[in-house]
Amino acid sequence: MADATDTGNTGIAAQQAGAIPTAPGMPRHHAAIFLALLAAGLAAPFFLYPVFVMKVMCFALFACAFNLLLGYTGLLSFGHAAYFGSASYVSAHAAKVWGLPPELAILCGVGAAVVLGLAIGALAIRRQGIYFAMVTLAFAQMVFFFSVQAPFTGGEDGIQAVPRGHLFGLISLRSDFTLYFVVLAIALGGMLAIYRIIHSPFGQVLKAIRENEPRAVSLGYRVNRYKLATFVLSAGFAGLAGATKAIVFQLASLTDVHWSMSGEVVLMTLIGGMGTVFGPLVGAAVIVTMQNYLATMGAWVTIIQGTIFVVTVLLFREGIVGVIAKWMKRTL
Amino acid sequence: MFELIGIPPQALFGQLLLGLINGSFYAILSLGLAVIFGLLNIINFAHGAQYMLGAFVAWMLLNYLGIGYWWALLIVPLVVGAFGIVLERLMIARLYHLDHLYGLLLTFGLALIIQGLLRNQYGISGLPYSIPPQLSGGQNLGFMFLPNYRGWVVVASLIVCVGTWFVIEKTRLGAYLRAATENPTLVGAFGINVPRMITLTYGFGVALAAFAGVLAAPVYSVNPNMGADLIIVVFAVVVIGGMGSILGSIVTGFSLGLIEGLTKVFYPEASSVVIFVIMAIVLLVKPAGLFGRAA
Repeated sequence: MADATDTGNTGIAAQQAGAIPTAPGMPRHHAAIFLALLAAGLAAPFFLYPVFVMKVMCFALFACAFNLLLGYTGLLSFGHAAYFGSASYVSAHAAKVWGLPPELAILCGVGAAVVLGLAIGALAIRRQGIYFAMVTLAFAQMVFFFSVQAPFTGGEDGIQAVPRGHLFGLISLRSDFTLYFVVLAIALGGMLAIYRIIHSPFGQVLKAIRENEPRAVSLGYRVNRYKLATFVLSAGFAGLAGATKAIVFQLASLTDVHWSMSGEVVLMTLIGGMGTVFGPLVGAAVIVTMQNYLATMGAWVTIIQGTIFVVTVLLFREGIVGVIAKWMKRTL
Repeated sequence: MFELIGIPPQALFGQLLLGLINGSFYAILSLGLAVIFGLLNIINFAHGAQYMLGAFVAWMLLNYLGIGYWWALLIVPLVVGAFGIVLERLMIARLYHLDHLYGLLLTFGLALIIQGLLRNQYGISGLPYSIPPQLSGGQNLGFMFLPNYRGWVVVASLIVCVGTWFVIEKTRLGAYLRAATENPTLVGAFGINVPRMITLTYGFGVALAAFAGVLAAPVYSVNPNMGADLIIVVFAVVVIGGMGSILGSIVTGFSLGLIEGLTKVFYPEASSVVIFVIMAIVLLVKPAGLFGRAA
């Protein structure tokens, strides 16, 4: 592809916020935040319930994957539960029925999400804007109906008692504490990979598409290829999150493929700050914590989530990290 | 009794009738979405919740105030439509200068709130709403038994759909509306109050959804989730038909309902996904939708 070699496209990208690093390497404050996250991640299980932190990490990765599409390419997929959920089913099935070790089970889940993302993405990018959101939502609902009926998903019961197994056939993951560090490595690794994608020449083209698609086309970029590639990447990372979640909770269920899950990941990204590196992480932490504390209150969770949507869209569109970034005058 | 391709005719026509009824709801709801989208440029994600709200308000009128079905058919669209107007003035109107996506996210949040509140109050088991006495019973047509109420649902929704089409395509008011869809600034320059027209259009679209909700109340049980699953199918219907044409929305809605009904007869496992499969085919063959204009 001739267009991929052209990296001198800083003109468009530089228009937004102005502070995108074009030099290789990570700006110092981003590196500092990643190191702080690593330190916090290593220390967390000594202070917090490990399963809770693992849940936050899985959803943070899920939201970061979603943000790659919404925040950096400007594509609102309202059906990301399809990739999260189907990866969760496939990895649970692979670990339980095929007896694969966890790393291979997760890989199977990611593979399923990538294939599904390729199929749905190829169709969805044929429509723009609001239609794109409706198409992705409709296909995700199709995946949901499929999961209700397909024999291997276990219908309403889901796949329960998924064995956590031995990592590389050696390390038993039965203890939450051991598993925690594996999940930390997956989540942080996934986020770093997404960070790398965003800040690559490829990522600059994505931002160009977000800012002005016709102009990106006129500059010679094959916009649809970029969109599809991003869609598949995003689906793959969402799948990584879903597959890991299935191993952590030893459960894959219809909740993971339901449209409300798609809505939750939109909410996490929105409240954290879309188009920011660390926003989805913050958003996931906020929403998962809230669900944790309000779990006994039933429908109030839905009402509060709806209210957060409304308030964020009306008054607070930059999200938490977006506001902090504006205040610090830096990209976060 | 004769059989058609191994299917007893009662089963075939029974499912076709059910399909036609589902198609009526698809048609009214996608029509409302199209009218709202045309002028406001937002996708009203709360449409399903407003349909559900219509059914609930009808139930409340009956159980708290003793107001029956026929009055509900008139009062409910007015009440829910007025509620829609309040939402538009207070919230949605603040988003017109922003990307379309925000309208979708805002109305999604509103849908969650409405559903959550009603689920808190009434649970998810569903409330019964009986068929009005004038429409109980049915007709034996020889080849099938037609319950009167179901026939009424199809007729009523056809009347509403055709009425809406007539108002938009054939009257002066509709001409203003179409003009404002094309170029709101110019229409405003001619002295027409475009913001008020936008508000009333949203109210009208919401009222259509509420009307469908009242029609649906005796067919399905009234429950807080009845709109959420329906609206996703309606989105697929809208993608298939394209939102450019009023008549297109109506035709697509009814025919997809019929196709769904036929699938229930011949291959029931696929009946819940058939509309999405058709959407995939349409996206491959004619991405702008059957009646859509390329953007």
